[in-house]
Amino acid sequence: MPRPEIQAPPEIFYNDVEARKYTTSSRIIEIQAKISERALELLALPNDGIPRLLLDIGCGSGLSGETLSEEGHHWIGIDISQAMLDIAVERQVDGDVMHLDMGQGLGLRPGVIDGAISISAIQWLCYADKTSHEPKLRLKAFFGSLYRCLARGARAVLQLYAENVAQSEMIMTYAMKAGFAGGIVVDWPHSSKARKAYLVLTCGPPSISTTVPKGKGENGETCSDGDESDDEEGQLVSISDRHRPRKKLKVTKRGKGKEWVIKKKEQMRRKGHTVPPDTKYTARKRKAHF
Amino acid sequence: MRLLTHNMLSSNIKGVTNGYPLRLEAEKWSVKEVDLNRDFLTNIFPRIEWKPLVESARSLGLSSLPDDADPSMLNSDDFLKGFHHALLEIHVEEGALICPETGRRFPINKGIPNMLLHEDEV
Repeated sequence: MPRPEIQAPPEIFYNDVEARKYTTSSRIIEIQAKISERALELLALPNDGIPRLLLDIGCGSGLSGETLSEEGHHWIGIDISQAMLDIAVERQVDGDVMHLDMGQGLGLRPGVIDGAISISAIQWLCYADKTSHEPKLRLKAFFGSLYRCLARGARAVLQLYAENVAQSEMIMTYAMKAGFAGGIVVDWPHSSKARKAYLVLTCGPPSISTTVPKGKGENGETCSDGDESDDEEGQLVSISDRHRPRKKLKVTKRGKGKEWVIKKKEQMRRKGHTVPPDTKYTARKRKAHF
Repeated sequence: MRLLTHNMLSSNIKGVTNGYPLRLEAEKWSVKEVDLNRDFLTNIFPRIEWKPLVESARSLGLSSLPDDADPSMLNSDDFLKGFHHALLEIHVEEGALICPETGRRFPINKGIPNMLLHEDEV
């Protein structure tokens, strides 16, 4: 499916139908809850049990806000899609929602917010949907107003789906220009599906508290490059076994072997899949049967 | 929209230097009970602009808040109750927010304030 960002502006794309679909799909609800939990974890609020006042940028129908409410926090949500906000009100979310375009600036008093999260929203700023839109100015207005409304030392965790490296670099540049310190945390960098990028920004000058935490599944060793290029070359000229004449079918008596299975399992683990542990039974020889 | 949010909002129109506080004109509001959390109230108190809170609460017919407040009053249960009620339990459903400098109206429908700016206001 093409990216929603190139199909239509957010307020048009998330119409009644799309907003309803978004909020009734159990898959999306689960993913949103997982991302928001991780964002809240990265927000690293002091662990003293005091509820905070948080901001949810691009709150949509309030799926991410629910995670915040569960932890007892009060939140203010903003979104540009009226249809999404209507559903949020219908679902009686605990936070307040506002109809606002983040590219126009947030319009909040300075230093009042304890932290901000944003789930899959800020990449929308990189697209010019109207003639008056200039992505750079919109990014500048957004990050500037976000920096002002956050309390000193507060964090903002913005999960984003950037289309390419240039886009995430542009977003990062404007965040830094606004005065934020921080960087990008990537969870499950080896998986195309589970991979999630979070922009973790701290308000105020760089210090120990502004160091960027590690992403999940990052420490696994990477595949050696040599192997990969060999594989690619082989693939270019090979015909799949299934399409070979029967006589010429490659028959390997030995099968793939334990080493290969263990390598594959490691690969799957790096992608974040649940894989059974390696035991003495892994890839063991079977008895010969007739 | 609760008064907590109203207290944090300011007018974002280009060229406006003093966009705070937005005047609240409420036509319809409701009350939803929320558990009182002393820690949250103590934590948020220094960041609340007291005058706009009292003014908007009075426009909704609430007179329990004193004209001035200082942190020592947070020890009084009566004060906390009134503060909590005004800040978190009242939801403005219909009405408008008005920019103090330009008089521009931001309508509130179904509890959602519409803060979208026109192109010439950005």
